[in-house]
Amino acid sequence: MLVALVDERISHGSREILSGLNVSIRAGERVALLGRSGAGKSTLLNVLYARLAASHPVVALVPQDGALVGALSVYHNIYMGRLDQHHALYNLANLIRPRRRDIELATTCARTVGLEGTLWQSVGTLSGGQRQRTAVARALHRGGPIVLADEPVSAVDVTQGAQILAALSAQFETTILAMHDVDLAVAYSTRLIGLRAGTIVFDGPTGDIERRQILDLYAQ
Amino acid sequence: MTSTPSEPLSMPAAGVIVTPVRIGLGLIACALLVLPFADLSMLGRSPWPIAWDILSGFLRPNFSAVENLGYATALTLAFAMGGLAVGVMGGAVLAVLYTFRAVRVLAAVLRSVHELIWALLLMAVLGPTVATGIAAIALAYSGIFAKVYAEILSEADQRPGDVLPRGTGIVSRFVYGRVAVALPALAAYTSYRLECAIRSSAVLGFIGLPTLGFQLDSFFKQGQYGAVAAVLIIYFTLIATIPIWLRRPLVPLYLVLAIGVLVAHPGPPIAGSSLWHFVTNDIVPAPLRNGSWSDYQTWRAAAAWFSGLFSSQIIPGLIATLIVAQITLALAGIIALLAFPAGVAALSGKIGSLVGAAGLVVGRSTPEYMLAYLFLQMFGPSMLPAILALSLHNGAIIAHLTARQAEQICQTLRPDAPRGFNLYFYELLPRLFGPFLALSLYRWEIILRETAILGILGITTLGFYIDSAIGELRIDRAVILIIATALLTIAIDAISRGLRSSLRLSPSATTRCDG
Repeated sequence: MLVALVDERISHGSREILSGLNVSIRAGERVALLGRSGAGKSTLLNVLYARLAASHPVVALVPQDGALVGALSVYHNIYMGRLDQHHALYNLANLIRPRRRDIELATTCARTVGLEGTLWQSVGTLSGGQRQRTAVARALHRGGPIVLADEPVSAVDVTQGAQILAALSAQFETTILAMHDVDLAVAYSTRLIGLRAGTIVFDGPTGDIERRQILDLYAQ
Repeated sequence: MTSTPSEPLSMPAAGVIVTPVRIGLGLIACALLVLPFADLSMLGRSPWPIAWDILSGFLRPNFSAVENLGYATALTLAFAMGGLAVGVMGGAVLAVLYTFRAVRVLAAVLRSVHELIWALLLMAVLGPTVATGIAAIALAYSGIFAKVYAEILSEADQRPGDVLPRGTGIVSRFVYGRVAVALPALAAYTSYRLECAIRSSAVLGFIGLPTLGFQLDSFFKQGQYGAVAAVLIIYFTLIATIPIWLRRPLVPLYLVLAIGVLVAHPGPPIAGSSLWHFVTNDIVPAPLRNGSWSDYQTWRAAAAWFSGLFSSQIIPGLIATLIVAQITLALAGIIALLAFPAGVAALSGKIGSLVGAAGLVVGRSTPEYMLAYLFLQMFGPSMLPAILALSLHNGAIIAHLTARQAEQICQTLRPDAPRGFNLYFYELLPRLFGPFLALSLYRWEIILRETAILGILGITTLGFYIDSAIGELRIDRAVILIIATALLTIAIDAISRGLRSSLRLSPSATTRCDG
């Protein structure tokens, strides 16, 4: 068992965002969170990340907005996935003159998401899709057994989206993805969790969840 | 002018409704109240002969002293860049430590004393040396940079820092998660400050450092108006071409050149002992310096010394400073409201707005000190030149920024929006009056500091007494007067901040644009 939430409640003022969730994640699971926007996917993902990061030394994260540094290059943003593994002086030196080894490592991750040609461009000049791929590359560079990703392919086309999800699945033993694309979610998960208004509507093996149940999530 | 964007806010203590219009009228009432006490005399002289001399100088600018001018220009730039570089470093260190109250107080003190006052004080210790010029700019600017850098860093996007790996060290977290995020804003503000530093550096010449202001002053005294015009033309060219020559890759080169010019500049040797003597001796009030501290009489003499200083210099200086500042603030606001349409295409036409915007830029980039100097030659030593110079300069700045906001509003107007007068009074003024007032209130503190400074020119504001005290080598008096000036500045800043927060406008909208 990696993490277990018991009767988890989160509220913003008087508005309840998660109302008493029970979720546990085991190592090796490929979890996809589904639900309309505002259903609580991101909140649940953030809670899971906070718990996992507190108990595991290396947890990779692709946050919803990317949370990138626009003034820095793609390389430096990818490098930031491993800031905790180097001394402060090493990190400062990396801003001025990166080491060949770090460049090679970052290049590998950039190539996986198709960004090797823009390694030295500043992220502020990139398109939305390129920025999203930079955030994914940063998570790949972070490494470790677990990744949590909040709609990691919302800004790229279907083919690229599939490639990115395949890469995440190949590198990480456990994946927890909040998804808006149902087909991609089904294709790259072993377990589906459906959320509606802060509560879990269904939670089970991907094969056991019926299409109708998923579509009901999005019904008005 | 009656409808305003922000809602009326009641102040519980006084039970008075504070609206932007009432604040504006209150400030104008203050100005009218002090107007009878303002010395606006021209001593029977006519300003036109000298104005004509200056104008004819511009028709025939005389660059024959080109060698001196070239060197003065190089020194002006070198002082600006050197002072700015040291100020950036000092400000960056203070900004990192800005959470500590002591650091915030230190920064407030540093910036509440104008660079010209710092220069006067340092001049008494170090003489007209490179160190004096660099330190004067660096001290005042590091206080400003500390505050603005800290604001920019705290307003920067927090998310990249939030998602850094948990174990990231505090330094790496700060550099990658904060500084890197805020870098574009930090760089933009710093490069904007270069223009201010060039202005400061040029003005330092008026008190004896070898920059462009020194050349202007000496040519004026010799009546060489063609050469005066040449100095002004060089200065404006320098400022106007900043966007062309200020390129980031060239900055290290400029810094090396600046250091080279400064190191090569001959100057009197600095005695290390003089600084020590200054701190332990010169700034100690005279009765305390000469008498025994255990003697009761010494302290009585010190009290008498202080009350004499208080009644004969601090109070008259304070009153004169406030009179000039209040009239200037109101006049600058009126000038801005009248002049900002010149920079708005929808009001003055495409060509008109280009010309108008250019005029506002000239008004804003002419140092207030230079302008006051010119007016002083024309009108003689009363409060008139100070009020005219400061309200034109500050009015142009407020108008320039208000025009920029008006241009933004014009882009979002409905297609059938009114034109001309109706556009101004129904669409623009109601929307802009709040921000305009916030800007004016923000300039209040700056106007006050500048008013104090203009005393150096002979107008009897606080700077006059500081300058004379230093001239008489009575540094102890000068220090007390400087502290009084700083306290007045800080008090006005607090009042202005209170009024601005009652306008409920974002602070960053106004604080970064003190051009």
